[in-house]
Amino acid sequence: MAKPNAKKGKKPYLKALLFGIVSLVLYVLVFTNEQFVRETWAKGGVYAVLPLATVFVFSFIHGNFADGLMYLFGLTAKKK
Amino acid sequence: MSRSKIITPALLAIVLLLLLSAGPALATGEAVAAFKGNKFIELSVFNAVFLFIVGFIGGMVSGFIGSGGAFVLTPAMMSIGVPGLVAVASNMCHKFPKALVGAIKRHKYGQVDLKLGLTLGISASIGVEIGIKIQKYIQHMWGEAGSNLYVSFAFLVILITVGGYVFYDAWKSKNHTGPAAPPRLALALQKINIPPMMTFKTAGLRISMWITIPVGLATGLLAATIAVGGFIGVPGMMYVIGASSLVASASELVIAFVMGFVGSTEWALVGNIDIRLVLLILAGSLAGVQIGALGTTYVKEHLIKVVMGSIMLIVAFSRGFAIPKYTNQLGLTHVAKGLIPVLNTISFYIMAFALILGAAIILGSMIKAMRHKPAEAYEKVSSLEKAVN
Repeated sequence: MAKPNAKKGKKPYLKALLFGIVSLVLYVLVFTNEQFVRETWAKGGVYAVLPLATVFVFSFIHGNFADGLMYLFGLTAKKK
Repeated sequence: MSRSKIITPALLAIVLLLLLSAGPALATGEAVAAFKGNKFIELSVFNAVFLFIVGFIGGMVSGFIGSGGAFVLTPAMMSIGVPGLVAVASNMCHKFPKALVGAIKRHKYGQVDLKLGLTLGISASIGVEIGIKIQKYIQHMWGEAGSNLYVSFAFLVILITVGGYVFYDAWKSKNHTGPAAPPRLALALQKINIPPMMTFKTAGLRISMWITIPVGLATGLLAATIAVGGFIGVPGMMYVIGASSLVASASELVIAFVMGFVGSTEWALVGNIDIRLVLLILAGSLAGVQIGALGTTYVKEHLIKVVMGSIMLIVAFSRGFAIPKYTNQLGLTHVAKGLIPVLNTISFYIMAFALILGAAIILGSMIKAMRHKPAEAYEKVSSLEKAVN
């Protein structure tokens, strides 16, 4: 990231760890309840909000985990 | 204009489009229809890993060139048994959050022109509706085979001409250092003063809104026809509007988000999205898109054009193999029936190769540039030391 977490005084590994755990828990929850989730989330109508809200939540959690992981691997933007 | 002044009307416009749209099935131009029958495949470990990997590679390409990473996903999902309508819907539902994450990342690098992306995103959503109407008309006149043939020809004509030009432009500017000058066409169009004029600060240009509308409409039309609007959107922003390849590819992610969100809502309403597939693809693509976005800060600008041009030309070539199936159905050719599935398989593998090649160019260039970074830093320190001494 252009503004690495270290600059904000946060520990980058903590961010990766926290978001990683939450992301893993969410994935485990979905796939241990696979049948219920796949059918309820595809009911259509008012249930349309479920898949849309889910992808927003996963993008935030898993996206931040991936970002933290990249930082830990030293993958930061080149300053131009 | 402050950001809140852009975001609020844009969100209102998206809601309005959602209410008005008759059903933008962006990916194939098919009308939104609920899939009848068993929507869900049994997921094996192999399928899950396969979706993760395709998502990762596709994400990387999307993060780098703004779009184009998802076109393999629909046929890839269908290859493991996912019904076509569910594959199209699930692909789209993974595209918009991926575009969102990519756009946020590139916004942090100062590459996204939010106003440009939202302006084009809204007209692109209207373009999708027009694209679907054209598809329906062709389907009504010449049936399914006619519609497929139209899609294939659109693939060939647009990808070869636009992709060829993008590739030629990249080749021309390969030794050029510093930001490239805006194309002459864009400079001429920027001089046309038809109100309302719009200023795009990040892109660093001022142009009439009436010039942006056809670019957005064409992007939506292409999205409704061949599933990848960015193959028109990014070149359109570069050569017609005059944005740099960095800003164009970054702002395309905003357009992809707007179009993808509208389309996914339609698919979600009829219940065609298999959330398991979406989440498995996202697991890979949310990481891939950020790596692709990061890559843009390391490489020379012309490399975005190289990757985009290469992918467009190879995809056009791959589509050529799918044409005999439709010309056979229309009675125009008589290619042996046994050969058709072979040609389709070849077409799919060439398309997958295009994506892998794009990802390889991005990763290769990134690694090369990262290796140079410590060396450059060392040289700077050495020269400073010499100056001090």
